[in-house]
Amino acid sequence: MKIKPLQIIAHIILILGVLLMVVPIWISFASSSHDSVTILTEGMKFHIGDQLARNYNEVLNEKGGWSEEVTAAKMFINSFIMALGIATLKVAISAMSAYALVYYRFKLAVPIFWLIFITLLVPLEVRIFPSYKIVSDLGLTNSYTGLILPLVASATATFFFRQFYKTIPDELLESAKLDGANGWSFFIDFLVPLSKTMIAAMFIFMFVYGYSQYLWPLIMTTAEEYWTVVMGMKIIYTESYEGVALPRTAERFAYIILSMIPPVLVVVFLQKWFIKGLIQTEK
Amino acid sequence: MSFLDLKNVTKIYPNGTKAVHETSLSINEGEFMVFVGPSGCGKSTLLRMVAGLEDITEGDINLDGKLMNEVDPSERDVAMVFQNYALYPHMNVYNNLAYGLKNRGIDKETIEQKVNDAAKLLQISDYLQRKPSMLSGGQRQRVAMGRAIVRNPKIFLFDEPLSNLDAKLRIQMRLEIKKLQQKVGVTSIFVTHDQVEAMTLADRLAVINNGIIEQLGTPIEIYDNPKSLFVAGFIGSPQMNFLDGNLKNKTLSAEGFEIKDINSDFEGEVTLGIRPEHLSQSENGLISLRVELVEQLGSDNLVYGQLKNKKDFCYRCPGNQTIEKGSNLSLNIDNNKYYIFDKSTGKRVN
Ligand SMILES: Nc1ncnc2c1ncn2[C@@H]1O[C@H](COP(=O)(O)OP(=O)(O)O)[C@@H](O)[C@H]1O
Ligand SMILES: [Mg+2]
Repeated sequence: MKIKPLQIIAHIILILGVLLMVVPIWISFASSSHDSVTILTEGMKFHIGDQLARNYNEVLNEKGGWSEEVTAAKMFINSFIMALGIATLKVAISAMSAYALVYYRFKLAVPIFWLIFITLLVPLEVRIFPSYKIVSDLGLTNSYTGLILPLVASATATFFFRQFYKTIPDELLESAKLDGANGWSFFIDFLVPLSKTMIAAMFIFMFVYGYSQYLWPLIMTTAEEYWTVVMGMKIIYTESYEGVALPRTAERFAYIILSMIPPVLVVVFLQKWFIKGLIQTEK
Repeated sequence: MSFLDLKNVTKIYPNGTKAVHETSLSINEGEFMVFVGPSGCGKSTLLRMVAGLEDITEGDINLDGKLMNEVDPSERDVAMVFQNYALYPHMNVYNNLAYGLKNRGIDKETIEQKVNDAAKLLQISDYLQRKPSMLSGGQRQRVAMGRAIVRNPKIFLFDEPLSNLDAKLRIQMRLEIKKLQQKVGVTSIFVTHDQVEAMTLADRLAVINNGIIEQLGTPIEIYDNPKSLFVAGFIGSPQMNFLDGNLKNKTLSAEGFEIKDINSDFEGEVTLGIRPEHLSQSENGLISLRVELVEQLGSDNLVYGQLKNKKDFCYRCPGNQTIEKGSNLSLNIDNNKYYIFDKSTGKRVN
């Protein structure tokens, strides 16, 4: 087989891309296995050191924060709950609203769809003050509900579900109706199983979105027991520790590596459906 | 009142298309009714109104003594077989059949019994665990039928269910549908644009044109006695020959010949219709045909040619006659089997 120059260039670009993604992760991981002092004096590491177990144990169990109460493990759990809640509700709500938009031909369906679509232009960061006001008036600051609720509507997912539902032939609905299906059972018995690859793909996107939220939990939570991983990354290990102004760089790297695990697990777990959902062949 | 009663049923789509004009029709219990007509004539619309999938703009539909106008399709107890089958792609064959029963709250053992019976009847027992995508066209067709049969509905509706099959399978399934309907005895309406399908399946036939039932009757009645130019041209294969003519004093002068003592008082421009199979060769016949092409079907020959005035004409004769291309045939009409239609209205006048 002849290798064309274009192919070589393409592969070089791809390999560079892969390196760009992988090398920082490897450096973080390698550095997380050394002593902080080593890293401070010698710079970041490419090889594994001997402090791996100690550093990770420390990160997971040490109590931090101003009140010395919140552990990294607790923050992982918080982020996981928040991401899970956001992803689940986003997928459920989008699928249902797309169902209403496509199958219930009420007059305002099109304007409502565009209205939903326009909300893409006003992400949470733009409306963060009114959102905060509402949530705090409802007394939901420092709660999981408050963390999750303002983020559960998704124009993007609604759009994708709508496009998918539109490709389902009308005869399927008609046939189901004659078989005695009502509005709810058509959704549960037909649309949900038919769009399960789509649901898996959306779930992953939305999980990562929820997991990586920073500004909203930062504003929403004053109690440390609701801190999330991304907040922790900023806050934890930055202040001087017991009077000794020594940055705990190795632990920070360990923390970063740990914080990547939940989204990776979700992707690994759902990837089979996820890839099918992206190429969308099954009808 | 008969089993299914349509009274002045009209359909106007929201965009203003009047797809079905005031249509009245009665179908008896156990009858196999066929709606036949060209594409776009409103057959599907009429069928879908019976199913409840389209609203009725005006008129009444009664099924088994109950007014159906406002009844939801899921409550009508009708089953429909669609052109593309509309099988449930994510369910296996068993669940495709069982779904309608589950929705009716029937217990598991009864469902299993019914599904197995229907599967046996349709010879799909071996595929019950397969998804529809793993079935051939004919098998999918059977599953679609099974889904209708298993529920034992008041009425079967078929919307061109055979048009996605190849010719051979189509003929085979046509036979099976007829047999099955006779065995199960369910009242059925079958929509098709194929007149052969219509003739072979129907107990009674409704020939539809532009949203109007042009003629209603048994296949033989309609073949022997078409009431309009449209029906005459639509039913029968090859198509009836049409010639221009003039009727005056019970004498028809057509293109190059005359027929006397016509049983009609109509006077004026007419169209004369003669079926290709209602002709035979004879000395000094009325019609002189110059042969251009002979299609030998074995049992029959289809002879295509032109009259003296270059008009295309077809003659069907038994397959054992040899007919030379380029020869001239002299033909007579059998037993006064000709049809005369008013040229302006298309109505039959003899
Ligand atoms: N949903 C619709 N909206 C508007 N016009 C329609 C609709 N469905 C069918 N029609 C029109 O109604 C007429 C009859 O259609 P249809 O019943 O599907 O014909 P057939 O089944 O005999 O081919 C056609 O002229 C068609 O264009
Ligand atoms: Mg049709």
